[in-house]
Amino acid sequence: MNFEEHAAKPLLAKFGIAIPESHLAFTSIEAQAAASAIGPCVVKAQVPTGKRGKAGGIKLAATPQEAFQHAEKILGMEIGGWKVSKVLIEAQTPIARELYAAILDDAASKGPMLLFSALGGMDVEEAAERDPTAMRHIAIPIDEGLTEETARRALDGVDLSEHAGSLVDVFLKLYRAWHELDAELIEINPLVITKDNRVVALDCKFTLDDSAEPRQKAVAMQAAPEKRTVLEAKAAAAGLKYIELGGSVGVLANGAGLTMTTMDVIAHYGGSPSNFLEIGGEAYTKAKTALSILLENPNIKALLVNFCGAFARTDVMAEGVINAWLELKPDIPIFFTIHGTGADEAVALVKERLGIEPFDLMDDAVKAAVAAANGRAAA
Amino acid sequence: MIPRKNHRILVQGITGKQGTFWTEAMIAYGSNVIGGVNPKKAGSEHLGVPVFATAREAAKSAPFDIACMFIPPMMAKEAAIDACEGGARLLVCLTEHIPSHDVMEMHVAARQNGTRIVGPNTAGLVTIDECFVGIMPAFNSKVFRKGKVGVISRSGSLGTLLCLNLAQAGMGQSVFYGIGGDPMIGTTTADALRLLDADPATEAVVICGEIGGSAEEEAAEYARTMNKPVVAFIAGRQSPPGKKMGHAGAIVAGGKGDYASKRRALEAAGVGVADVPSQVPQMLKLHSIAA
Repeated sequence: MNFEEHAAKPLLAKFGIAIPESHLAFTSIEAQAAASAIGPCVVKAQVPTGKRGKAGGIKLAATPQEAFQHAEKILGMEIGGWKVSKVLIEAQTPIARELYAAILDDAASKGPMLLFSALGGMDVEEAAERDPTAMRHIAIPIDEGLTEETARRALDGVDLSEHAGSLVDVFLKLYRAWHELDAELIEINPLVITKDNRVVALDCKFTLDDSAEPRQKAVAMQAAPEKRTVLEAKAAAAGLKYIELGGSVGVLANGAGLTMTTMDVIAHYGGSPSNFLEIGGEAYTKAKTALSILLENPNIKALLVNFCGAFARTDVMAEGVINAWLELKPDIPIFFTIHGTGADEAVALVKERLGIEPFDLMDDAVKAAVAAANGRAAA
Repeated sequence: MIPRKNHRILVQGITGKQGTFWTEAMIAYGSNVIGGVNPKKAGSEHLGVPVFATAREAAKSAPFDIACMFIPPMMAKEAAIDACEGGARLLVCLTEHIPSHDVMEMHVAARQNGTRIVGPNTAGLVTIDECFVGIMPAFNSKVFRKGKVGVISRSGSLGTLLCLNLAQAGMGQSVFYGIGGDPMIGTTTADALRLLDADPATEAVVICGEIGGSAEEEAAEYARTMNKPVVAFIAGRQSPPGKKMGHAGAIVAGGKGDYASKRRALEAAGVGVADVPSQVPQMLKLHSIAA
């Protein structure tokens, strides 16, 4: 899960990394009041996405009146699909130099990695792409943690020797934050050296490992909302993984791999999947909840149920679907293909209670569902 | 390593509901389960095998080759380190949603103790008619039957479908190798490919991949060097970028890990890529693999 700047930066401060003074404002009047208290400031749109500056969501204001005017424009703006509902009013920092630092989970080394670049700011990704040497990658052994010696390697050959001590100090604190906050990514861009030689974090991107939420509850409560449709939010609340796709063939399958595959096969036979919805893993008992959420989507013209049970018992899932189907009485056709753990019982249940014959081959079930959704009779 | 009949298996979390259900299935299949772990029930017996407080404790009187974890995510790290220190050569980690930092520490413990981890978030391993570790429908003869095709899968459900497709086409499998849907897994697609390449019972290999990461691209590099035919299916062609598709590892981010690049890499290495899973048996037959 992601965090907006106003929630992420105080986390850095907790670990001793300097951040500018700031206040969160929800209206232009509040922005003006905050600016009166702070002095010359930056008005920053608060949305959980990058490229805010390029989108016009970050503006300098010399006076409270100017802060008011910027806030008027920025509040209500849309950036990366997010509507701006609040701005951060932050004290201006006299910048001498912009740098970049991050710690992230590196899948290749199966450990944390320190990233550092002497070219911070808005275009650091592009700069690193043009010149890969511009971004230092330092793998960190998690059993040792980040040592001063390792942190210092990030600065090898960089003309920052007079600031080396304070930068290494920031790297060590950033690593502690990564470790103790269960971060997937904790990034400071820009990390600035001020004209009076202080090292300050002007922005922070923080992604919490979803799987660590149970032990990071207090932090997780500060997370930005996910970009979800009404039905996606409803499914998430029920502990289901549901993604709306806009097509007409509803998909109900178990397991991530099989669900993605079902979508692919629907497209292969000329249909368009309406959703990703899997009820594998521990969710396999939630078939009924899953189905009722699916059927609320008005675009669905046919429903395809594809179970290939390994851990998930297909008889339990099928029973859930059948109960929900009989209760909800939807007026769209439903097609089944069921194999794996509990399949004999599941197929018998579908035949007996719905009078429907499940397809033996998945391809046949998909073709029938696509034909029905496209308004043709099944071949 | 490929699980064999003589491998001694320790089940961590053996007394739980899922641990009990699947251990019974493993024993019925012929897997050599020699004990289990539950600190609260140490000294007792469950499913006819002794229960120990820890894997390290088990190692003293019941040394084991393979440990299999039925352990909830927040306790998985401790159990995995215990298994490594108890001398597991292979650790089958079925648990999904283990915090990433814990997974990193598990990999360190595995490296220090010479343990090979399969997973996390794997559905397990099946050496057909010989040994089964995990949560696969190994005992379902419509899905699994003895043959010559090795199957590698990031997903249990898709792996099951592929094995079913092979069986429906009259082709059997030698080994099913579930490697797991997590982003930081101990045994990669390429590692499993190396194992099956060296396995005399395996004459061809099917890779069930999915979007996200670079496992298929790395496997393609190895497949290029193989004499055995390799056919792949990659799930996620229709998945929108930037969204986690169920598995934590199945995400296209920053233009990396997408379907097209995986397909390109595999095809450039001479690996046939099927549009739909049901094409896989036919593509194998083109390589004249007998049933």
